Amino acid sequence: MTKRNPEYDFKWCPGCGDFGVKRAIELTIKARTNELSIPTENNVMVAGIGCSGNLVHLTDGPQPFGFHGIHGRTLPVAFGVKSANPDLQVMVVAGDGDFLSIGAEHIGPQAKRNLDITCVIMDNGVYGLTKGQSSPTTQLGVVTSTTPGGKIESEVKPFPLYLSLGVSFIASAFSSQPKEMAAMIREAMDYPGFSIVHIQSPCTTYDDTYDVLRGNAKKGIDPLTYDIPDTHDSSSVEAAYDLVNGTGIPLGVLYAAKDPSPLNERFDNLGRKNDSRDVHDLIQSFAIS
Amino acid sequence: MVAKRDFVVRFAGEGGQGMVTASEALAAAAAQVGYHVMTFVTFPSQIMGGPTWSQCRISVTPALSNGDELDVLVAFNKEAYNVHKDELREGGILIYDSEVFSIEDVGGDSTNIVALPYQELGKSTGNPRAANMVILGAIAEFVNWPDKYLSDFNVKRFTRGRPNDEEVVSANEMGLQLGKKASTDSGFSLGELAVPNPPDYEQILIKGNDSLSTGAIAGEVELFVGYPISPATTILTFMEEHLRGEGKFVYQSSSEIESITAISGGGFAGKRSMTSTAGPGFSLMSEGLGMAWMMEIPIVVVDAQRGGPATGLPTKTEQSDLYMAMHPAHGDAQLPVIAPGTVEECFYAAMHALNWAERYQGPVIVLSDHMLTERTQNIRKPDPNLIPIERREVYSGSNGYQRYDGSSVTPMPIPGGPGAYVANASEHDGIGDTTHLPQRHVDGTERRFNKLKTLEDSLYESRNTQHSVAVMPWGGQKGPTHEAYEFLMEKGVDVAWYYTMFLSPLNPKLIKELQDKDLVIVPELNYLGQFASILRQHRINAVAITQYTGLPFKVHRLINEITNMVEQHANESTKAGV
Repeated sequence: MTKRNPEYDFKWCPGCGDFGVKRAIELTIKARTNELSIPTENNVMVAGIGCSGNLVHLTDGPQPFGFHGIHGRTLPVAFGVKSANPDLQVMVVAGDGDFLSIGAEHIGPQAKRNLDITCVIMDNGVYGLTKGQSSPTTQLGVVTSTTPGGKIESEVKPFPLYLSLGVSFIASAFSSQPKEMAAMIREAMDYPGFSIVHIQSPCTTYDDTYDVLRGNAKKGIDPLTYDIPDTHDSSSVEAAYDLVNGTGIPLGVLYAAKDPSPLNERFDNLGRKNDSRDVHDLIQSFAIS
Repeated sequence: MVAKRDFVVRFAGEGGQGMVTASEALAAAAAQVGYHVMTFVTFPSQIMGGPTWSQCRISVTPALSNGDELDVLVAFNKEAYNVHKDELREGGILIYDSEVFSIEDVGGDSTNIVALPYQELGKSTGNPRAANMVILGAIAEFVNWPDKYLSDFNVKRFTRGRPNDEEVVSANEMGLQLGKKASTDSGFSLGELAVPNPPDYEQILIKGNDSLSTGAIAGEVELFVGYPISPATTILTFMEEHLRGEGKFVYQSSSEIESITAISGGGFAGKRSMTSTAGPGFSLMSEGLGMAWMMEIPIVVVDAQRGGPATGLPTKTEQSDLYMAMHPAHGDAQLPVIAPGTVEECFYAAMHALNWAERYQGPVIVLSDHMLTERTQNIRKPDPNLIPIERREVYSGSNGYQRYDGSSVTPMPIPGGPGAYVANASEHDGIGDTTHLPQRHVDGTERRFNKLKTLEDSLYESRNTQHSVAVMPWGGQKGPTHEAYEFLMEKGVDVAWYYTMFLSPLNPKLIKELQDKDLVIVPELNYLGQFASILRQHRINAVAITQYTGLPFKVHRLINEITNMVEQHANESTKAGV
């Protein structure tokens, strides 16, 4: 049930990290509407299947367009929307299962094309909607309903993966820090190229990692997350690798390639726009002479 | 002696030896002087080599099939000779390169054999590529073609503004003469081919996929995303070349899953969006097609059928994807299907499909097949003005619109405009939010099927409808069946003709007419008799003539089977005292 639609019956569990992400996205779209005069209806939110994808039905305030399609295919849908109309602001909202398991094959091609869209990935390390199975980012040894003896494969490391696939803009965020998260989403949306904001968004029901991520002095747990130091050179792939290959989860903009040239710009540069074909000429080119 | 009205030549050998070039050149030359032509190509799925053959039919009346029997077989190697010699008609002529292999066993004395060292002769002109011209020169002489036909073609085709044009043309002309001399020396003749009888309308010479692609451009396709796969690849390459202009987008995807979801995004964003594929890719599109049906997004998918299942026969023809085209996805869905039956219909099928998608707001399948995709044919010059462009009704009201309310098609909001909603692949309420209420699923399901009713006004052909037995081909087998039907009419066999390329939904009037028949015979290239079984679902007594060899029907087989079925039906009716 949402304020705008009493019939809608989906809800996130209390304490779900996705609430914070939703808020950050709402704030970002609103700020961009106000400051950059981008109408809300020019925003398209392409949602994956999973708890996080339902964000598209839960946003409050002025509504962007939504596309809540099939599992794992947010990126090619976004590719189609953006290519059809480059004026649209296209955002992907998906989880670690949708984006990094069934949909992982699409990250490489979109990164290479440098599609000008922003992916907001909510990583909770578990399949929540189907009630607690192992996901690509579930840690080695963790017991889930599909890994009753503990997970025997090591986890996917999203940041080195994104870097290796050539993603132009990569930020790391934590759902408990909505202000910082909103700033990163804003920077990603303003960035002219393929951007991913990968967010630690804990599942309070199946894999509550809040204490691990932000630390708990009472329980003697040191925080896993830390802020990326100001000295980090975000234009350097090497510097980004150094950060993500170390221990802990760095928060902030890891990498932002300089002078990105997004797909729609390069497509326009082919000069096909001003070279339309008259269909009668085309037919005539097959004339029997 | 009555002049021949029809002439069939097959070139067979190893891929890369020039069979297809020779066949296409013969067709182009014949079309230029006003004959009707149809080529047929079949080759294995590899870049070079493998047994390949190409056939060219030249006729004074429109060519409806490839031709059952060969007047001339050009065997480029011994294997080709062994495989194809039995299809040479009584009195036909075999041409082979006596430098490549020798024929000891001539297989009876009914075949005229010409040992033609065309490669050597080609080389002797100073341009080894003239070898094909040696062959064409020989063939032309067997049917008494005036020299002018091929000489004029040679000048037109090879005057390309290159520095060596003159050398090429003159070597080719020498090749033609060498071939002609060899032919004359052999003493064989097939009898004169009747002079052409050019139609009084404008024509073009085009392949099925080019016709379909041109039709799509005439139908104002705006966004095309596709992945290479035989025999649909040439639609993608055509679009890469010709889909240009403001607001147009074309791209090679990374998979068919990407193609179908990308064009769904494009259709959602307001563009006339399309992809093309063949069986394996179409299978991968299954879930995406269900999504577009559920979300009500206009898209067009071309499935250029090949032999299946799985990887099947990538470069052979079959009509075994009809079930899949109508019901590609899980759940309650039935997609509109348009299956062109001729190269000319390929053009209009694409235009209609784009219109249908916009009209009913959903995915439309164009079901072509290998028989159509690769063949070259002269057709009446298509007229795009015959099919007015239809556009989806776009929502222009205020926000808070219930996009999915109502029992049929409703105006569609486009991102950037008013009426933001969620296009949702889950069952949804009016604004596109997920719902599990039983009534919503009832209403949604009925709405999606109701929308198909907007497509029920399609055209169909019917002839001699007074007869109680009918023949009704579909897709690429329309041609051979049409040819068989013309023969049956001349023989006075009592059989009606029905045909439509709009296979789903079928026009209810057509269904009613077919229900009134005692028997509807459906020739189709699959094992299951797919279209016949779909007709039976409509309480039509349909029986299939099936074939699953990877090759099209031979006309004489259809003539025999249809005649037998009509006679059997007449006997049964008499016995039953009807």
